[in-house]
Amino acid sequence: MSTYLDAIIAGFGGQGVMLIGNLLAYSGMNQGLNVTYIPVYGPEMRGGTANCTVVLSDEDIGSPIIHRPKSLIIMNRPSLDKFQARLEDGGVQIINSSLVDAELAETKRVKSVFVPANDIADEIGNSRMANMVAIGAYLQATGVIPVQAAIDSLENVISAHYKKLIPMNAKAIEAGAAHVA
Amino acid sequence: MADKIFIKGNEAVARGALAAGCKCFFGYPITPQNDIPEFMSQAIVDAGGEFVQAESEVAAANMLLGAGATGVRAMTSSSSPGVSLKQEAISYMAGSDIPAVVVNMNRGGPGLGDIGPAQGDYYQSTRGGGHGDYRLLVYAPATAQEAYDLTIKAFDMAFKYRNPVMILGDAILGQMKEPIEPWTPELPGETEGNDWRLDGAKDREKRLIKSLFLDEGALAGQNQRLQAKYEAMQGEIQYEAFETEDADLIVCAYGSIGRIAKSAVRKMRQAGHKVGLFRPITLYPFPAAPLLELAKQGKRFLTIEHNLGQMVDDVRLSMRTVADSDFFPVYPGNLPTPDEFEAPILKSLEGK
Repeated sequence: MSTYLDAIIAGFGGQGVMLIGNLLAYSGMNQGLNVTYIPVYGPEMRGGTANCTVVLSDEDIGSPIIHRPKSLIIMNRPSLDKFQARLEDGGVQIINSSLVDAELAETKRVKSVFVPANDIADEIGNSRMANMVAIGAYLQATGVIPVQAAIDSLENVISAHYKKLIPMNAKAIEAGAAHVA
Repeated sequence: MADKIFIKGNEAVARGALAAGCKCFFGYPITPQNDIPEFMSQAIVDAGGEFVQAESEVAAANMLLGAGATGVRAMTSSSSPGVSLKQEAISYMAGSDIPAVVVNMNRGGPGLGDIGPAQGDYYQSTRGGGHGDYRLLVYAPATAQEAYDLTIKAFDMAFKYRNPVMILGDAILGQMKEPIEPWTPELPGETEGNDWRLDGAKDREKRLIKSLFLDEGALAGQNQRLQAKYEAMQGEIQYEAFETEDADLIVCAYGSIGRIAKSAVRKMRQAGHKVGLFRPITLYPFPAAPLLELAKQGKRFLTIEHNLGQMVDDVRLSMRTVADSDFFPVYPGNLPTPDEFEAPILKSLEGK
């Protein structure tokens, strides 16, 4: 069985979507998969969302740019408005229900997984780790690679200066995964 | 896995240059290639080389000319509008047989265009770009690994032919991160170019490197030598042929569009359509002979580019006696995706 999954990760600038995009790509690479990561250019940069696209595959990767993704991580409302309709039929989207009204999410055509990422991150002690909660939930929901792979890859994306924050980020990933499990 | 690094295509180019023994980098900022000078500003100094942020693209290109004339492995990088400014020096380098590597991370044009990906500089890259009859050897990497590998090769080729070599990428290649496996080639050492370089005339005949030939017959002779060089470059042709053997339709696309088209080809193969991909890796010399072979087998062709139709000229010239190619443009300013390629591929496959 071959592995292939692509994801668009979107939110406000500052929510750390690029960071968890990098984390997802590193985790895939550390699991022996081919990966691409691209911050997407274009007019959307000037709208409400920052986003990046990650592709994971055991074959060599063609397009690093995906119009109709198989999965989404939606960190805010403008991202839902922009990307939900593009999610492939049967795809899965992780929705940050702390900031996005769950009633706006499609539930029949696609699988929507609601995670109050900011609230969970707050409980852990830092709402800025909502992104880590979301990636934890994403890995648990998709099963594309083990949750532990992301925890083990944190040191690849968190600079040495912030190394002391790795355990708390790991906790946020685990909490996100636990919410979905 | 430990030996893989996860980096942008821009950084892959810079690291490839360092692995190839690049000792001088002359830059000037422009998006989307800024990661190259940013990385080089520290790394080339650490490697014992020189980094200069020039006062303009024109200055950077002329510094490249000067470094090349002394036989030093040197590089400059820019993006479309900046590469236009470098053309005078590139013509001079070609005219005076000076090796150099020039990187163009193609952005949208014409004019200042935008900072997104595009392939509008195909003509400029493959037809010389500046004035006079000259060519650059042009590599079009599609992955970060290829960007690394081909940059190393570009230095070898520049010195083999004493000619500027271009790495033509785009904003996708430059900004996308992928894992690469770095490697270090065997370097030529101190003697490279010692039979022509300007390194001080003590105890030897003086040398002159120039592109001005006023004596009767001299310029014709130089043009003849240059043409012979370009003829010899035909041996450097590189391309990727993916699922072409039994294909009824072959998509021709290069660089980032080549890999995006590959996704479309894969998906359509799964749906039972006999399609394949031909991706030129050297844009000059263009891989005309292998393309003609495919054309002789009666296949159809569709060229897809992130411009309004440039490489399609070379595709058509390659097969002009036996076949033709359809064309599908992605407009510079729009982002290409594999989905939008499916309808035109289907249309060409059915011969409509």
